[in-house]
Amino acid sequence: MTARERIAGNVANYVDERTGAAAWMKKNLNKVFPDHWSFLLGEIALYSFIILLLSGTFLTFWFDPSQREVVYEGAYQPLSGLKMSAAYASTLHISFEVRGGLLMRQIHHWAALFFMVAIVVHLLRVYFTGAFRKPREFNWIIGVGLLTLGIVEGFLGYSLPDDLLSGTGIRIAEAIIQAVPVVGTYIAFFAFGGAFPGEAFIPRIFTVHVLLLPGIFLALITVHLMLVWYQKHTQYPGPGRTEKNVVGYPLFPVYMAKAGGFFFIVFGVTTFIAAVASINPIWLYGPYTPGQISAGSQPDWYMGWLDGLVRMSPPLETHAFGHTISWNILIPGLIVPGIMFTGLALYPFIESWITGDKREHHLLDRPRNVPNRTATGAMALTFTLIALINGGNDIIAQQFHLSINQIMWFSRIGIIVLPPIAFVITKRICISLQRADRDLVLHGKETGRLVRLPHGEFIEVHEEISPEKKWLLTSHEQSGPLELPEIDKAGVRRTDAIRNKLRSRMSAANAEVAPKVSAKDLKEIEHH
Amino acid sequence: MANDLEAINDPGIPAHVHRKADSDPLAAKKAERQVAILFALSALGTILFIVSYVAIPEDIFVFIPVMGSTNAHQLFLGLGLAFSLFFIGMGAIHWAKTLMPDQEVTVQRHEFRSDEEDRNELVKTAKEGAAAAGLGRRSLIKRTLGLSLGLVGLSPLLLLRDLGPLPGNSLSTTSWKAGTRLVTDPGDRPIKPEDLEVGAVAQVLPAMLPGQDHRVLSDIGKDAVLLIRLRPEEFNLDAERLSWTHEGIIAFSKICSHMGCAVALYEQQTKHLLCPCHQSTFDVTRAAKVLFGPAARPLPQLALALDSEGYLVAKQPFNEPVGPSFWERSS
Repeated sequence: MTARERIAGNVANYVDERTGAAAWMKKNLNKVFPDHWSFLLGEIALYSFIILLLSGTFLTFWFDPSQREVVYEGAYQPLSGLKMSAAYASTLHISFEVRGGLLMRQIHHWAALFFMVAIVVHLLRVYFTGAFRKPREFNWIIGVGLLTLGIVEGFLGYSLPDDLLSGTGIRIAEAIIQAVPVVGTYIAFFAFGGAFPGEAFIPRIFTVHVLLLPGIFLALITVHLMLVWYQKHTQYPGPGRTEKNVVGYPLFPVYMAKAGGFFFIVFGVTTFIAAVASINPIWLYGPYTPGQISAGSQPDWYMGWLDGLVRMSPPLETHAFGHTISWNILIPGLIVPGIMFTGLALYPFIESWITGDKREHHLLDRPRNVPNRTATGAMALTFTLIALINGGNDIIAQQFHLSINQIMWFSRIGIIVLPPIAFVITKRICISLQRADRDLVLHGKETGRLVRLPHGEFIEVHEEISPEKKWLLTSHEQSGPLELPEIDKAGVRRTDAIRNKLRSRMSAANAEVAPKVSAKDLKEIEHH
Repeated sequence: MANDLEAINDPGIPAHVHRKADSDPLAAKKAERQVAILFALSALGTILFIVSYVAIPEDIFVFIPVMGSTNAHQLFLGLGLAFSLFFIGMGAIHWAKTLMPDQEVTVQRHEFRSDEEDRNELVKTAKEGAAAAGLGRRSLIKRTLGLSLGLVGLSPLLLLRDLGPLPGNSLSTTSWKAGTRLVTDPGDRPIKPEDLEVGAVAQVLPAMLPGQDHRVLSDIGKDAVLLIRLRPEEFNLDAERLSWTHEGIIAFSKICSHMGCAVALYEQQTKHLLCPCHQSTFDVTRAAKVLFGPAARPLPQLALALDSEGYLVAKQPFNEPVGPSFWERSS
């Protein structure tokens, strides 16, 4: 036994005698994780969060979250002598006088963008592969919560420097609060400590941004990961993989080295981009004042779709009984996003209601094998993308020399017309891909080799695919629609007949697939 | 149904294929060297980081193609840190991929549902506990507990009351009074009609009150006004609104009636005002009527007059609240 082994043994012994952790540790160090590139997306989000904590802590050492008016006398000459808030002045100080300060600011901002990208792409992966199904509905809801909080946290974060661009963003947020019927004006005055912008807002959102929300994030991320751990990771279908097993690498050492290494890669790439690509150059915008604005004001990308919805809204306002309701703000700013996030959070329950499937699922779906879900996702994505595009309508108009009015009308009509079209097209593509799979299993793959038969006919030689591939293409489940007769067994018409009818129709639409190849089909083809 | 048909057989997990480094000590040695080189590159990155921190002055700019003129201190600091982090990651993953065991292992899952016995026991325990506490029987306790728990939630809400003042009529008023002079922003100089050429635009604020030495942003957020001069015959206004203009000079609140952004883009040719936030477009010749975009109301117009010294003043306060809508707004 080497000296190192003896020390390791002693430490382990010390800990185990006080915690009894040996059995638990042994089990968890051998924990198996399936391997797939798409499982790294959630990891990118997690690592970006750690990068955000590290870089954010650095920034707080110099940032002064105050709207106290100061006269700037720092290193950046063009703003010298200008009146501005202490928050803006200290952000300039970090950018120009703290060594590595600008780098850290840019790491923080890029990491926030990557954090949101990773969350969204991770969500899409979970959605399109059906990883949210029983028993993982809780984790899906926590994920939707993290997405929502991430948008708020990002918005508050880029509002803190109190520059002209971010102040404009807060102005819009204030207008949304103010538009809430009955209590809106009061909530706005309480939030801002008086009329907009006041002097209370930056210190308040600072506390929320650096303490309250990160605390909630930490708690939710911990539960999210513990559930992944406890429920064991899902895996893609393939030979030898079943609903009852997990095939992959043990946590220690392979998975730990890979995951740990990946953290450094994410950190390194973020730092590289922060070093070479400027982001949010607040010194160019100037300090915030409500009477000024810069053309081409754009929020960060994860807010862009919201801004796009607001931009395309028709000018609707109701004035009645001495009160005003701003539908042009409420619908795009609160009602539509509310419906979107609620629908997202409830999706696992909606799907299991339609399919009637209450079983546990640990094998992921190939998106083509669940056409309705994939098409619904494409529909929601199309809706959000049109909103996002409209959020940049001024930039697009400028870059492509288009009229902003035309883009707006394209978005207004497109956001209603295009999502259903996306649904239909996606569904058809999924079913076509299923047919292609069926073809591949039955007839093999095209080799491109042409053979001339003795009687002169040309044929292309097809090559049989491997048994592994055959299994992959045929192992999924195809269950038929729910049978929900309008008249129940006792001959009585069900009271919830309309609901059942809707459910039956959706279930039937859900069951529309190209039949997969069975062993019988294969046997038949062998006889040919 | 399709599932009733016999499925194709599962061929099972494919046989493990050994890597070169698993059997060939030379290949393993080579992989080890590669990992070591990656870690060494990381160390070089840290050295670059330290050198940049202490040796490159902050005001040195270098020209880099594509990026343009770039601050050398920040750039090399960032590159050093990026390399030092990135190559640790590359080294660790290369190590895991080439030298650590790559045999996939299989473990079994178990259903999460507890067995019937445990579930029944739990129900029994819960029922017994509830019965022992008398929750079902003692309805007086249940109701008062509900009441007190409901009320206790009010305290923190009440404590938040002092976050801000009540709105009062603050959203409906501005600093503009009858006779308030218009002054330039910035500069605070009073304006005569001849200061403004036809086609020109100016941002103005109300003159500061005697004794007032600086402006509060909350005031600017309501008071900012845009002054535009057209030829009088270009207006298409009713008699009252026309009387609010002066020799072709017309004044509108600069705070957008949609969401409060500054309506700062004036198109001289079309005489349109455009809000850069959401592209609401207003027609200056028709009292800022909304031509396009999400805004539902025109920008409020400020009535202009001249004072005895010939400077532009407000004839009267705004006749409606400026800025975005709110519940208490009556029109």
